[in-house]
This record gives sequence, C-alpha cells and structure tokens, in this order.
Amino acid sequence: MYAAKSVSGGIGLGLIGFYLGLGFIALLRWTLGYPEPWGGEINIIGGYIFGLIGWLMGVGMWGIWGREWFGQRTYPRKAPGWQRYFTFNTDHKVIGVQYTVTFIIVFLLAGALAMMMRLELANSGMQFLSHAQYNGTMSLHGTLMIAVAVAAVIGGIGNYAIPLLIGAEDMAFPRLNALTFWLVPPVAVALLSTPFLGGMETGWTAYPPLSVTTNSAQIMFDLGIITFGLTSILGGLNFLVTIMFMRAPGLSWGRLPIFVWAIFATSWIALLYTQGFAVALLLIALDRVAGMAFFNSTAGGDPLLYQHVFWFYSHPAVYIMVLPGFGMALEIIAHFSRKPLFAYRYAVGAFLGILGLSGVVWAHHMFTAGIPNYLHGPFLVATELISVPTGLVFLSALGTIWMGKLWLKTPMLFALAVIFNFGCGGVTGIFLADVPTDIHLQDTYFVVAHFHYTIVGGEIFGLFAGIYYYFPKITGRMYNETLGKLQFWWMFIAFNVTFFTMHLPGVQGMNRRIADYQSGLDTVNLIVSLSGLFLGASFILFVYNMINSWIRGPLAGDNPWQVRTLEWQVSSPPPLENFPTPPVVQGHPYDYGVPGSVHGVFPGQKLGGVPVVGGGGGQ
Amino acid sequence: MAVAASAAHGHATHNPVRFNRLGLWLFFFSESILFGLLLTTRFFLEGIEREHVDQHLGLAITIILLLSSLTAFTAETAIEHNNQRVANWFLMATIVLGIIFAAGVGFEWKTAEFSRHEAFGSVFFTMTGIHAAHVVSGIGILFLVWIQLKRGKFNSKNHWPVSGSVMYWHFVDVVWVFFYPALYLVK
Repeated sequence: MYAAKSVSGGIGLGLIGFYLGLGFIALLRWTLGYPEPWGGEINIIGGYIFGLIGWLMGVGMWGIWGREWFGQRTYPRKAPGWQRYFTFNTDHKVIGVQYTVTFIIVFLLAGALAMMMRLELANSGMQFLSHAQYNGTMSLHGTLMIAVAVAAVIGGIGNYAIPLLIGAEDMAFPRLNALTFWLVPPVAVALLSTPFLGGMETGWTAYPPLSVTTNSAQIMFDLGIITFGLTSILGGLNFLVTIMFMRAPGLSWGRLPIFVWAIFATSWIALLYTQGFAVALLLIALDRVAGMAFFNSTAGGDPLLYQHVFWFYSHPAVYIMVLPGFGMALEIIAHFSRKPLFAYRYAVGAFLGILGLSGVVWAHHMFTAGIPNYLHGPFLVATELISVPTGLVFLSALGTIWMGKLWLKTPMLFALAVIFNFGCGGVTGIFLADVPTDIHLQDTYFVVAHFHYTIVGGEIFGLFAGIYYYFPKITGRMYNETLGKLQFWWMFIAFNVTFFTMHLPGVQGMNRRIADYQSGLDTVNLIVSLSGLFLGASFILFVYNMINSWIRGPLAGDNPWQVRTLEWQVSSPPPLENFPTPPVVQGHPYDYGVPGSVHGVFPGQKLGGVPVVGGGGGQ
Repeated sequence: MAVAASAAHGHATHNPVRFNRLGLWLFFFSESILFGLLLTTRFFLEGIEREHVDQHLGLAITIILLLSSLTAFTAETAIEHNNQRVANWFLMATIVLGIIFAAGVGFEWKTAEFSRHEAFGSVFFTMTGIHAAHVVSGIGILFLVWIQLKRGKFNSKNHWPVSGSVMYWHFVDVVWVFFYPALYLVK
C-alpha cells in the first residue's frame, strides 16, 4: 500500500517534526535565558516549520528529491492506479487532478460556511451565531475561497492542460511541481484549525492593529498563508520555465493557445507579487511574536504600511484569479464557436497589458483609509485604465461568437457565462474605482456583490467550464450532459439572483462583515439568503454528476469535442509520457474552417506509410 | 526526470542546466520583490532617519561579504576548468567568510543601542535578520555542495550545483549592497 505508506509517513513525520519544533524553540529560549521557555506563538512557529519539513519528507519527497542533496541516489515511488494520487507523484496530470479535487473539496467547505453566514443574515437581529462566531465563519470563508480562487484554475486545470497544450512531456521541474501540491494540505490543516484555536476575527485581509493585538488563531493564518504563497510562487516559476522552454517544435509564441498565454501572464503576477503577502504577514507575525513596532503608531510604526504592502499583492492577486478564467473562456469559446479566435493578438496584448497595469493600482482599496489626497487621482486613473485591456478580452470573445456556429455544450455555456458575469462585475467596478462613489460604497455589500461577480462569475464559472471541458480527457469518460446543463442553469440563475440583489442593501449602506443590520433591510436580505442557499444546492448536482460519470459514464473517445489543440490528439486519458510520438506544430490552433490548415502533426507516427495529420478537424 | 522521460520517448532533448538557470533567475526576481518591499518599509516608516550604528563593524562585515563573493567566483571558475583542488579550497573559504559575516550580524544585534520595540529597531533587525537567514541558508547549500565536491562529483562538464549555489550567493551579496547603505550610510 504505497498510498497508505506515503500518507501515514507524512502525517507521522509531520507530527514528530511539530513536537520537535515546539521543543527546539523551548530549548533555544531556555538556553538564551528567557524566563519562560514556553513562549506560546513562537513555539508554534517552530513546530509548524519543522512539521512542514517532516510532512514533505514523509510523504515521499525524501526518497525522490531529498537524498540527492546529500549525494545519495534517488528512487521514485511507483504507485499503481488510484494510489498515485496519494504519493509525491511528479506526473503533471496526477498533480492537476490532485489540485482540482482538493480545491473542489475546499470550495464546498467554504461554500458551506457561506451558507451559515446567509442563514445568520436571513433576518436582522442575531439568529444562531454569536458575533465572534460570525467573524470566524466570515474570515474562514474568505480565506479558503481566496485560496481556491488563487490555485484552482492555475494549479488544477493549468497543471493538467499546459504541458499537453504545448506538446511537452511534463512540466520543466516535475519534482518542484509535486512539492507545490504537497504544501497545500498543511495549509488546509493550519487554516481549518483556526476555529478550534479561537477563530479568526480579521477577515482574510488581516488588517492591523486588530490582527496584532487579537488573542486568537491569527498566527496559524499567517503561517498557512505564507506557505500558500510559496506554493503560488514556485508554481508560477515552474509554468514560466515550462512555457518558455518546452513548447513543441513550431509552436511559436504567435501560435500558443490563448489559455497558455493567460497562464503565462498569471504566472508572472504570481511569481512577482505574492512576496507582498508574505512580507505583510511576516511583519504581522514579527509584531505579534517579537513585539516589533511596524504597525504600532505609538512607537513610530504605521498601520497604513500594512495596507500598502498587502494590497501590493492582493490587487494583482485578483488577476491571478481572473486571468486563467478569461483564458479558459476564450479557449472554449473559440473551439465551440468553430471559428478562429477573433483578435487573437489583441487578446494576448490584453493579458500582457493587465500584467503590466496590475502592479500600479493597489491603493484604490485604500481611498477611505487616510492616504494622502494626491494619491487619489493617479490610482483612480490607473484603475480605470485596466478596463481597456479587459475590454479587449471582451472584444475577442464577442467577435468570436459573432456569426459562429455555437455548440452549446455545458463547457460553452459556462464560458459564455464568464463573459456575461464579468461584464456585470466590471461595470460595478467603475463605481468602486471612482473616488466620489467609492467613499460611499466602501465596505458595504455593494463591494461584496462586485467582487463575487468578478471572482465567482469570472473565475469559478471558468473553473467549471474547464472541469467539464477536460473531464472526458482526464477520466476517459463523458459526464452526463443533461445534468451538466441543468447544473449550469441552476447555478447561473441562482448566482445572478443572489449577487445582483446583494447590490441593493449595499447601496443603502449595509455594512459587510457584521452579523446584524437594521431591520428595514429584512426582505432584500431574505431574498439573498434564499437564493444563496439555492445556489449552494446546485453544487450537490455537480458532485453527483462528476462521481457518477467517472465511475460509470460512457466512454468519451479521444476527441469528443472535435478540437484541434494537441491534448485532444492523444488517447483519453493520455499515456504517462503524454505524446508517444512527439508533435510538430504547423499552424494556428484556432483556424477552424480555414481550408488546408493543420495545427499539430505527428511525423513519427505512420499509418500505411503516410504521416498522420492530427488536429485538422476544420469543419 | 524530465530529461530521462524525453530521452526514452525520443522528444527533443532539453538542456536541464538551461532550465535550472532560468528557474533560479526567476526565483531571484521574486526574492527581489521581498527585499525591495523591506527596503521600502524602511523608508516608509523612518524616511532617511537613522539611529547610531557601529560603522566599523558594518564596514568590516560588508567587506567580508564582498570578499566571499570573490572566493565563490574563483571556486566556480576553477571547477569550470576542472581544477577541483582550487574549487574545494575557495568554496570552503566562502563558507568560512559567510560564517564570519553571520557572526558579525549576531554581534551587531547583541551590541545594538536601539530596541526592537521601536520603528527603527524593527526595520533594522528585520532587514538584517531576513538577509542573514538567506546567508545562513546559502552557507547550508554551499556546505552540501562542498561535501559532494570533495567526493569528486563535479567536473568541467557537470558543475551545475556549484554554479547554482554560487549564483545564489552572489544574489544574497547584491541584496546587502542595497541594504548596507540604507541601514548604515543614509543621513
């Protein structure tokens, strides 16, 4: 049982490391002459770091990687069948599935927390949660959902699809890839432990001074998120090297599938800006543990410093979330419209433009925080400038749909919904970018509705599009189309009713992050709560469809969508080495209906002396 | 792994050192943001104000760290020319100089005239601390590489671990080139 060996080894060594770390710090404090060897949070930090290393080594990293550092021979841990999902496996297809399944589970958990919040908010006054419990629920919902949004599409769909889309046999650094996944379970443990250690009160933004002074599980949040940042950075690095160096012969930058371009831009943002979150939380941890004064204004510190450093990451982070969603939507829209992608070069330029602008807009989150007035204008303008590249993405999508033969399968429906939802999210964003309106709307449910429209509507719909699109490739089986479409309409309608209605209490000044509100807003909140619960129920259908179809769905065949890109030219599921005969790319991936065009050919593979031409497929 | 797979299935062979080099450079870009934000924090909180620090000690450890970059470079050049004896000695010299630097920072911390409970102290201890953590991790990496170098694992054809760790060492030095004036020389 390799799976049991890996998992129990990881948990065992992780626990041993945790207690060793606790003791090590205590010993260190005792040696250095501190009065109390048990310093509380400092010991937990030591335990977490040691435990993290122990977990990674135990789960299989030692044999496949760690031994090399000491000049010893490494050995891969070969696990057959389903067991490969529970070991330190370096195959990008396994890692993609591990990411997707893990984050779907986290998504459902965080969704359940949202249901609790909506039950509490269904009526004014307090229902069944105390204020502290509501804060903890809200913070955990936000944190987990941010984690899902940052990692699910790029880590899950990206890991699975990118090497296949560019004709590579794996990622550039397969062991690093496995490391990024296996850092995730400790993050989940750290975050999910917070309700039992006093809960979080600060939301996912963790603003000081509250996050410094509060006597809660803040330190677990810090440690978990810093680890998660490491995952994000290393994953981005891996994607960049893969996309730069491992493209199949002939797959020039101008022929890259648009989803690859989206992941390329996203990876730069993840690589560069994620350090901002790490620094912000590091400073919080130092203030808490070492009594430093970064955010203590009586000793020369400044709480605004945190907001600058934090939003320096966290605004670009929304592009980490939404760019892969755009890429997935454009990819699917082109294939299911059976047309060349309209304005391909403009769409690529849009992704790179968003990449360039993402780092100079962060202070629009701080218009009411007390920043100097002269910063308002530049950040207003820079923020609104982002709508130019975003508009180009819309141009590309709408131009592709125009006069296309739309094939309205479930992935296509989700991809079209991305465009619709993000349109709504983009329009409401203008009111939040403009200083005069933002001052009134800041910290109301209008903001909540806006970012749910952009992130859920733009990215999570893209994630579902990607999952339905790649399900036949990943499993070799077809999902149930009727249930898929039913889930789409159910989710789409419930989502729009919930979050469109949520703008209204926001305009009337209902504050976010508070368990109670004035009784005049009862009706509208009841509508939001009911449709929110209805939205939550739609995912039960999704889970049932996925599990049932994976077990007993009909065989899908190699290319059920009749798509030209490389991943659909190999068997479903693809063999371990991806391409038994390496592909050579001769044309653009989206040239549907262009006479004589081909995308990939497999020169080594011959049937009756004639080289097999894959990816023709032009209808 | 990637290379083994590609050789087995006839893919165009990839050059793993080229991958590693780009990966390491990207990692440096990412780390630059970390150090850049710490630098920004220093000027955001304190402007160009500075408390009294031990100038002689600061200059001494700076010279030592820059010298260690020189020895690291010599070690890398030596192994590129298959000179394992010189590479061995100079890598060890780099490690020793690195340890002296880390000890110097420790001494600086012990004798500092300001407290960590105020803004300048927070900035000073955090910046030197995060940098020193990188120095210490660099020492660890160099030490592991040095053990394998002593066993004769590297030669002019195969010396990526030496080159990679030396690149990392240079990067950590370059960070100090920015941190030293910001902490010791301004005002």
